[in-house]
Amino acid sequence: MSKRIKILLFGILLVMGQLAAGQQRFPKPEFETGYVQPSPTTPEPRGLAMEYMDVLVLLAVLSLSTWFALRSRSRRGILWLSVFTLIYFGFYRKGCICSIGAIQNVALSLSDAAYTISLTALAFFLLPLLYTLFFGRTFCAGACPLGAIQDLLIIHPISLPPWLRKAAGIIPVVYLGLAILFATTGTEFIICRYDPFVGIFRLDAPYHMVVLGVAFLLLGMFVARPYCRFFCPYGVLLNWMSRFSKWHLSITPSDCIKCKLCTSSCPFDAIDHPTEEDSPTPDRTYYRRFIIYSLLIPVWILAGGFIASKSYTYLSRAHQDVYLSELLIHHPELVNDPDNLDIQAFLSAEKTLDTLVEDARLVQQKFRTGGWFMGGFIGLVIGITLMNQVVFRKRKDYQPNRGDCFSCGRCMDYCPVKN
Amino acid sequence: MKKNKRFNRRDFIQSSLRASLVVSVGGVGGLALKNSTGKDWVWQIDPFECNQCGRCATECVRNPSAVKCVHAYDLCGYCDLCGGYLIPGAVKLDTGAENQLCPTAALLRKFIEEPYFEYEIDEDLCIGCAKCVKGCTSFGNGSLHLQIRHDLCRNCNECSIARVCPSKAIKRVPSDTPYMIKGSFTQTTDS
Repeated sequence: MSKRIKILLFGILLVMGQLAAGQQRFPKPEFETGYVQPSPTTPEPRGLAMEYMDVLVLLAVLSLSTWFALRSRSRRGILWLSVFTLIYFGFYRKGCICSIGAIQNVALSLSDAAYTISLTALAFFLLPLLYTLFFGRTFCAGACPLGAIQDLLIIHPISLPPWLRKAAGIIPVVYLGLAILFATTGTEFIICRYDPFVGIFRLDAPYHMVVLGVAFLLLGMFVARPYCRFFCPYGVLLNWMSRFSKWHLSITPSDCIKCKLCTSSCPFDAIDHPTEEDSPTPDRTYYRRFIIYSLLIPVWILAGGFIASKSYTYLSRAHQDVYLSELLIHHPELVNDPDNLDIQAFLSAEKTLDTLVEDARLVQQKFRTGGWFMGGFIGLVIGITLMNQVVFRKRKDYQPNRGDCFSCGRCMDYCPVKN
Repeated sequence: MKKNKRFNRRDFIQSSLRASLVVSVGGVGGLALKNSTGKDWVWQIDPFECNQCGRCATECVRNPSAVKCVHAYDLCGYCDLCGGYLIPGAVKLDTGAENQLCPTAALLRKFIEEPYFEYEIDEDLCIGCAKCVKGCTSFGNGSLHLQIRHDLCRNCNECSIARVCPSKAIKRVPSDTPYMIKGSFTQTTDS
């Protein structure tokens, strides 16, 4: 008998315990006057159908841009298409989601099994790459809102010396490497955070983003498309795709008459000059230089990987867990600071310092291995860029540089050859 | 189209590199598609993880913030001495500005019947600072909590508030269940 009572009492206490867990310190009242309780409103987010419509618009704009650049050869068409892109993808969609940021989504979905990428983001990543692989960088010309806003503000473009262009061309590679590293370690999306134009598209930005955006636009009046040429990480991928594209915008529809109207019209120094008729043929010095630069490539890869991997302590501090664990280890007196929200939140949660330190250590491991890949990749690109400087390529005509040309169509507009 | 176009070594290398690029781009896409559900994602605050730090009001890219306080009436006690409405140690239990926790007077107090009061949030005034949430959670039923309002939220690729949330309370949720309002949303055992 007493055992049954004990079980009954235990059961009652259990039920009461469950009720207590429901956080009802003050029980819900029973109203006598016919009071009707309102319910909280739940405004819906943007519909999925609208997201897919964005993908369709992107497809349409990409196809139109390609048709204008390659088939109908209309600079005016590309110009007005870029105005549409600026209005739709820029000011209407507020520049998010964009193909540049989609790199991070794809990187994270490959490294984190718990992260599922939305089909829209994947489409924004893949479609411009595939189009560029067959038709050249027509995405940059007509479909990218960041490119459009810079392109439309070119007033007096300055020609930059080749050494500066090549050297600054490493910045987007470093940016791409860092973006993928930070995305795969779950640290943050740096492309989104440091996008200079998103504040302008939203017409609302914190002070430092306004300064950054306006600075880029002012610079863009004289150095044409500064973000596209020297910062855009997606441009690195498009550059590779475009180098092997099946078709590409051609300046003349038939033969080049070497009038040089195209090179002076290109604001981006993206047109390669023809080589001299009597340029020296490759000799021993040339072959020796080629071999040396090729052998240096593995050296660059290893050096880059080593440096990036060794910097893991600094790079990993961008991660929330690592930052917090280092703060608590090096400044234990901060647990008494009531204004430090991160520490106060950590202390009130159930996590122990040991778990945090272990999590931080795992993140730092990821940075160490990821650093090898990132640094090796940057080293490889540096090595190949250097080697391209010493490789001799014969060119008969003025041709757009396959990697750098944005297919904007200014050159074909200026070209006097019409058939 | 020239019929007998010469296909030299350079063209062959170009074509094969292009083919391998197609394969690698397609491969990356396929790998990313593997665990894709076809759903779209939005950001939302888990009210059970939130520690009411106040960053939701300042870190959102929108001004004013897309985060607003939401009242789960099912859980409310309709108390006269409301922990979320009145400051601790209020002089008098009325609607005087000196007694209110809310810095923008967005929480409206309305008498229903003795001794119950209804508390409603004016969303146009709410800035998402979580002062009322803190009061309600510590001395109350916790029926007031912050939620991201999806008619205001831009659905950024990375939520600026989520990046600095000290309790990592902001999560991606499927867009067909975009809210985690207490009462309709119960804490799961593994969350």
